[in-house]
Amino acid sequence: MTAVLVFEQLLNGLQFGVMLFLMAAGLTLVFGIMNLVNLAHGSLYMVGAYLTVAAVQWTGSYPLGVLLGLLGTLLVGMLVEVIALRTLYERDHLDQVLATFGLILFFNELIAIVWGRAALYTALPSYLQGHIEIIPGSIYPLYRAVVIGVGLLVGAVLWYVVVKTRLGMLIRAGASNRTMVAALGVNIRLLYTVVFGFGAALAGLAGLMAGPIYAVQPGMGELILIQVFVVIVIGGIGSIRGALVGALVVGIVDTLGRAFLKPLLGHFISPPAAEAAGPALASMLIYLLMALVLAVRPEGLFPAKSG
Amino acid sequence: MRTPVRLLAAAVAAASLAFALPATAQQKIKIGFITTLSGPAGIIGKHMKDSVELALDHLGNRMGGVPVEVIFGDDQFKTDVGVQVAEEMLKKHQVDIMSGIIWSNVMMAVVPVVTSAGKIMVGTNAGASPLAGKACHEQYFSTSWNNDQTPEAMGKYMQEQGINDVYVLAPNYQAGKDMVAGFKRYFKGRIVEEIFTTPGQQDYQAEITQLRAKGPKAAFVFYPGGMGVQFVRQYFQAGLRERIPLYSVFTVDETTLPALKESAIGQWEAKFWSPDLKVPASEKYVAYFRKKFGYTPAFYGAQSYDGMMLIDSAVRANKGSLKDTKAVIAAMRKANYDSIRGPFKFNVNHHPIQDFYLLQAVKGGPDGAQMEIKRKVFEKHKDSYYQDCPMKW
Repeated sequence: MTAVLVFEQLLNGLQFGVMLFLMAAGLTLVFGIMNLVNLAHGSLYMVGAYLTVAAVQWTGSYPLGVLLGLLGTLLVGMLVEVIALRTLYERDHLDQVLATFGLILFFNELIAIVWGRAALYTALPSYLQGHIEIIPGSIYPLYRAVVIGVGLLVGAVLWYVVVKTRLGMLIRAGASNRTMVAALGVNIRLLYTVVFGFGAALAGLAGLMAGPIYAVQPGMGELILIQVFVVIVIGGIGSIRGALVGALVVGIVDTLGRAFLKPLLGHFISPPAAEAAGPALASMLIYLLMALVLAVRPEGLFPAKSG
Repeated sequence: MRTPVRLLAAAVAAASLAFALPATAQQKIKIGFITTLSGPAGIIGKHMKDSVELALDHLGNRMGGVPVEVIFGDDQFKTDVGVQVAEEMLKKHQVDIMSGIIWSNVMMAVVPVVTSAGKIMVGTNAGASPLAGKACHEQYFSTSWNNDQTPEAMGKYMQEQGINDVYVLAPNYQAGKDMVAGFKRYFKGRIVEEIFTTPGQQDYQAEITQLRAKGPKAAFVFYPGGMGVQFVRQYFQAGLRERIPLYSVFTVDETTLPALKESAIGQWEAKFWSPDLKVPASEKYVAYFRKKFGYTPAFYGAQSYDGMMLIDSAVRANKGSLKDTKAVIAAMRKANYDSIRGPFKFNVNHHPIQDFYLLQAVKGGPDGAQMEIKRKVFEKHKDSYYQDCPMKW
């Protein structure tokens, strides 16, 4: 019984970690390669969720809606890069933070104007509902299992693109020396736009997968963004591998902490004290972990230069 | 020399006469209405604002024959902004009375500002316990409830049903603790476990897995707003809807039903009001609201509509004026208007003594799911704090 429970909670942690990874991958690429602090990454997550809900309603087909939602977020991301962010690369991080914070307000209000402030209804197609039995005695929602699968697949594809393809080589080269890459005849501006667009699409993918589980409402992106920053700090800025490891660690630590910290504390301190300390400590756990990583390895677990 | 003195004396007499005249109608009644109009909670503010506008429609934009103007303010869900907005309304707009406010913490901060300016606050949602008890005030009225009353109703119902082994979940902040305390005041059965989650948490799968492993007979939760959408949806997706009945307060209402639809069906809620309440004033309100705004109002709106009607009753009783605060308080205490909850009396602490109902989310309505009153749980229920209120009247 307990083993099954721990297994299920590990799956829950894995699933949460995968969501964080999709967000963190785009954010860390943009940060590491373009040296841009993008607070509005959560807005792209929200845009992905809303566009998909609208597209599914409009087309009546879930796969088609997902595809349109992804393409839409990609386009929105590229537009944002061309219109708003391009001028910010050479500027101070504080300017970038201010400008992208402005984008958060802009997107939240825009979404509220178009779709209203109430949370939207998001349905799952019947073939994604229901449960599967992964190990005997443990039933797990099919949709969450699919989220895990998609997330890991995207991680693998991303690794392949960045490490094995010409585009990935250019991205890595652009990260280490922008001027040199430009001098060799590569259109670095276009490259940046493409990278930002794909980062946005990854955030959109996280958003559209979050839609049926979470509340699709204005400001939904900010709720997850802080945890994503924790992931990046733990994983190391600019590193996809770091983002993956950081996301899985944060997802699993957070989930296990919420599930088992209070009963565990109960063995060491009095039950009323555990009652009070358990939930508080569980919600602090990932930040404590971040502080620990910063103290031991200030660059994060996998600094960008090593991969 | 005599004439100017006489003239002056006459002028003084005339002037004193003018000031001594009994309360005459004002040129205009100005009401300051504070709610949250931005951010995710802006949906609650929308229900409230639309309801105030509907009330003005029904009153023909006049109270006691005097034109009414409502000035809306957005507290952005922040205490300091709420105080700032209230001060602006009192000083710059010179409002005669204040109303609205969703959040207990904002209310606690704004009430002293309003009362020290000599004005009355008609709260239309927040139910902070101090304001019902020790910190009650002559110039503070509520058309909603005290926070504890709704979970008390759910606790009483579950106690009466003899339900045992209940799993309790709420966010880890003051309101969450208050709701659980109110629930336990009437529910005396076994509680399997009490879990307090991080406020604003999105994913409850870990908690739901723990809950399922414990195998309780029922679950009692408090998850307002977006947290409720997430929790209820995930509970449904986990396949627990049919296996472990879910009882809740302030979790499923008309602000979240459009997003929940089928995942809410079967949910039990406790409330003092529901759109299907068979009270003429309520039926009129709901019918006109749906017609004008195209959606179904939640209790937040009903309470705000009610607040306007309470103010109207006081203006009418004072012949078109709100200037005499003492007389306005006396008029409001009578609660002499058609309330959406039906006829009621104010308790000594200016909180309604009212009935509470058990509701269930059922199939139907334009959203695919709607709340239905199943039975009355409390008749003329008083809150648990009024004995601490020193007010006498």
